[in-house]
Amino acid sequence: MYWNKDIEAIDRKSLEQLQFRKLKTALESARRTSYYKKIFDDSNIDIDRITSLDHLRDLPFTSKLDLRYSYPDGMVSVPRSDIVRMHASSGTTGKSTVIFYTQKDISDWADLVARCMMATGTTRDDVFQNMMGYGLFTGGLGLHYGAERLGCMVIPSSTGNSLKQIQLIQDFQTSVIHITPSYALHLVEVILEHGIDPHDLSIRKAYLGAEPYSEGVKEKIQQQWGLEAYNSYGMSEMNGPGVAFECIHKNGMHLWEDFYIMEIIDPDTEEALPDGEEGELVLTHVNREAMPIIRYRTRDLTRIIPEPCPCGRTHRRISRIKGRTDDMLIVGGVNVFPSQIETVLMKIPEVGNNYQIVLDRKNNLDRMHIKVELYSKMFHGDLKGLKSLSAKITEELRALITINPLVELLEPGSLPPSTGKAVRVIDNREI
Amino acid sequence: MPKQISVFAENKPGKIKKITIVLEKRNINIRAITISDSGDYGIIKLLVDKPLECCEALMEEGFAATLKDIVAVKIDDTPGSLRRASSVLADNDVNVDDAYGFILQGTKEAVFVFQVENVQRTENILKDQGYDVLTDNELYLI
Repeated sequence: MYWNKDIEAIDRKSLEQLQFRKLKTALESARRTSYYKKIFDDSNIDIDRITSLDHLRDLPFTSKLDLRYSYPDGMVSVPRSDIVRMHASSGTTGKSTVIFYTQKDISDWADLVARCMMATGTTRDDVFQNMMGYGLFTGGLGLHYGAERLGCMVIPSSTGNSLKQIQLIQDFQTSVIHITPSYALHLVEVILEHGIDPHDLSIRKAYLGAEPYSEGVKEKIQQQWGLEAYNSYGMSEMNGPGVAFECIHKNGMHLWEDFYIMEIIDPDTEEALPDGEEGELVLTHVNREAMPIIRYRTRDLTRIIPEPCPCGRTHRRISRIKGRTDDMLIVGGVNVFPSQIETVLMKIPEVGNNYQIVLDRKNNLDRMHIKVELYSKMFHGDLKGLKSLSAKITEELRALITINPLVELLEPGSLPPSTGKAVRVIDNREI
Repeated sequence: MPKQISVFAENKPGKIKKITIVLEKRNINIRAITISDSGDYGIIKLLVDKPLECCEALMEEGFAATLKDIVAVKIDDTPGSLRRASSVLADNDVNVDDAYGFILQGTKEAVFVFQVENVQRTENILKDQGYDVLTDNELYLI
């Protein structure tokens, strides 16, 4: 069953023609933004010379840093009064990346998510419980609007409050949930603790997202809950969730090529790679009035699955995301760059240059240990001082990365010395 | 003012050994030792006969070590003498942050070593009450 068969099963030739038309519109829209206007002028790019999709390669990439630098509205293409929503990416409380939407953008996004949900067999008769955070984060509202558009009864339960979640499931016969894998593993335990067999619940499907996880974890969730779990891919830069989704065949995620022009590049040489080869996913958003983004480097590693899918959708699938090409971590659903932690630590005189970030998962919750060596010359000699130092580091880090790290003070020289590229992050989590 | 050496140490086996290896090499003699423990780490405190040299040697070996001013007062080695000394401190609102003590061989005396916020003031208070407050050399050579 399709939400929009004409688009979802469109023939490749028509799709490519459509992509090209939308690309031209997006480029014209981008030219109106101060950021892209400067880029096009500085690089002597004449968008009228773009006469085929191949010419996309002549355009420069856009990075997360570019988005941050053009904060707040360097990449906005419409007047402020046309904007009806903004979302910010999860992570720092400093300058996060902000995305803007017009009324049409919000509506189109809802349509896209409805498409995704229907591809998994969800219909307006389903009861959808949205166990994702509502707020600046795109995950919550993204699926909410899509499910509403599809016609489901939406229960906006947001995250946490496990007992309430269970009560809602039972009272309203929830059939579909949107949840992070780590919360899914945690919640099923709470259910079991209360003497309820999860297989007896009405839930048939789960949409997983917002953090990386392995097929092993997905399988575990399916078995423990007795449901079908579907992989969901998205990022706020490309609206939020809804960029790509598994269909009922669950063999890769269909990426909606009428909204996004996708490329796979070699992350080091930046050269385009042929379909089927693994590389970094680059996306051009050709369906957002407020904020077109050209050749966005997602830093996610994947490959295009060129073979047609038995579901009949002609939008190609991408394989599950293998990892990232940069060092960004996702801890407890929050994006963290080790360099951010380093910046904080370097400002504190009592600690030295040597530190390590150790990540563990205990009871399905991410824990972050920051091990930091004392700087011997700044040691004041009393416990009180050490305790307040520990507290200061914790507080400064928490203010920056919004999660609560455990700070461990170490003797100078305890950490292995950094020869060449320091091993700063040890990720013990099995995902 | 006499000084004690505070050394930061993780709460793991072998720390006292590592520190005392350094001391032995430099022929430094310990007069008293105590540890303030705080779970994952602690501070090892040493009273030695050559504190400056000791602290430098430890820092050279990579330890986080520092010198701290302390008050050292001689009291009688009899029941009640610490009660009397600590009453003087309490009456003058002196707060003891950390302390240890040891008895002296030969004489019937003991030494009470402690950390306070204002060392000079505390020394004066005790001296006024007739206490024998030890100077650097007197303490190190005890």
